[in-house]
Amino acid sequence: MITLGHVSASYRDARVVNDVSFHVARGEMVALVGPNGAGKSSLLRVITGLLPAQGSVQVAGVEVSKLCPRARAKLLAVVPQEIACDIPYSAHDFVLLGRTASLPRFGGPSAADYAAVQDAMTLTETWPLRQRLLPEMSGGERQRLALAMALAARPEIILLDEPTSHLDLRHRAEMMRLLTRLNREQRTTVLMVVHDLTLASQFFPRLILLSLGQKIADGAPADVLTPALLETAYACPVSVFPLPEISALCILPRL
Amino acid sequence: MIPQKQLLFWLIPIPLLLAFCLLSGAAGFGLPDAATPTGRALLELRLSRIVTGFFVGAALSCSGCALQAVLRNALAEPYVLGVSSGGSLGAAVVIVLGLASLTPLALPLGAFVGAAATLLLVCALARRAGGYMPNTLILTGVVVGSMLSSLLMLLLSFAQSRAVHSITWWMLGSLQATSWSLVTLIAFLIVLALATLIVESRTLNALLLGTETAHNLGVRTRIALPLILGAATLAAAAAVAVSGIIGFVGLLIPHVLRRLTGANHRTLLPCAALFGGTFLVLCDTLARTLFAPHEIPVGVVTSLFGGPFFLYLLTRARHHAPLQGEATTL
Repeated sequence: MITLGHVSASYRDARVVNDVSFHVARGEMVALVGPNGAGKSSLLRVITGLLPAQGSVQVAGVEVSKLCPRARAKLLAVVPQEIACDIPYSAHDFVLLGRTASLPRFGGPSAADYAAVQDAMTLTETWPLRQRLLPEMSGGERQRLALAMALAARPEIILLDEPTSHLDLRHRAEMMRLLTRLNREQRTTVLMVVHDLTLASQFFPRLILLSLGQKIADGAPADVLTPALLETAYACPVSVFPLPEISALCILPRL
Repeated sequence: MIPQKQLLFWLIPIPLLLAFCLLSGAAGFGLPDAATPTGRALLELRLSRIVTGFFVGAALSCSGCALQAVLRNALAEPYVLGVSSGGSLGAAVVIVLGLASLTPLALPLGAFVGAAATLLLVCALARRAGGYMPNTLILTGVVVGSMLSSLLMLLLSFAQSRAVHSITWWMLGSLQATSWSLVTLIAFLIVLALATLIVESRTLNALLLGTETAHNLGVRTRIALPLILGAATLAAAAAVAVSGIIGFVGLLIPHVLRRLTGANHRTLLPCAALFGGTFLVLCDTLARTLFAPHEIPVGVVTSLFGGPFFLYLLTRARHHAPLQGEATTL
């Protein structure tokens, strides 16, 4: 579904992605992990075509630069790290923006558009908030709305940039459960930037570890989250403890 | 926030207010006698001012709405990219060179060319400095505007006192167009610019969330951004060409209407055109009748009457935090 071949990208003179290659198959759920500045968010920008890159970036078998923006947005939705909170959009209007690529230039949204919005808001438990304005909402509510906006597009691929950062424990678990359900039931491909390594090991069967713009590991959590690889990536000693009761790994820095 | 269905009722007073403005004059309230040459001339003058005022108000309001969305800055207004300074310099050059007496179109043409050239310069410089990023555009606009203002002051320091007087009066702003052909031409440009903005209203809705999110939602940002900036500034440049610099409308009306109608540009832009146009015509009527026969600059009225109303809305919103309404339709 997403294929990167020897991809490199820069902001002006600073190289942020350096010769990265991987393939994410349809229906896979993959986490991008790595320290700050590793190039995770930049890699998402490369996949959406926002950041021009050298090498090959294919989405659904087509070079992303050759996809028309509307077709790309129907195929691939993005949940950003943060959303602007000072705009007096109602929650419903905000989620309807997720249908931008499907709406006609003239004329209003169709019944199918409203149905997609209602489904997305019901899934993310934001339907009761539909008439509230964005500036009145908490960070967690806005983050769930951002996910609803992405789901409203009914995409085949969802890219998420650290979407759990503003969520409390319950909503974090619910968002991950929802993503897992979408992935299993609708075969939605999920590629998510995750800082919480325990969360990544708990919910993602495959992790890609980045450091200084390069891929240094790709595989199952137990193969990627090893002390040796993590110490190389994060430049700090770490301890890894298995948590068999939740099928996850606990990673703590060694002081 | 007013529910969308109720917005239609708010449109009813607009024709009545415009009719009231047509009937109001320095000599009193009533329609001038169209049977006499003086009456006909008076009627034509009032009509010309109302039509010009309506189009200029609509242009400045919609331009402000679009620029506040694209630049994501509450202080953005039609002149933020240096259009007013460029227009003023263009008009000043025409006056100083004595071209204004050759044809009535020379002054508006000079102002329009100055404003449009400034926009092109600002966009070219901002693009070189890192693309159409909001902060880059605003900073470039402010710097270019300041430089053009300095050039204008330099020109004024060498100009004869009569030219200085003409330039000062032009800069104070007036809705008295020189001919119907000019009004028609300006109206055509403004309608073209506003139609472009209204067609792009969904793009503006997405751009409010930032260029990156708009890109992710399927907006062709590399085309949409210059198109919207161009249309918003064309509207402002056309307004400057016919009326000089009229402040506050392009800043005030978008903020007031966003509080009343919400941020959805499909509703906001048509409302801004109608209410912005009517607001400026009302202000102009006050400007020409309040101290009749002495006329005060319309910009003074827009600030003195619009400002307190805006402050009232601002403080009311603080005391009654939830400005809720029915979910509107994008």
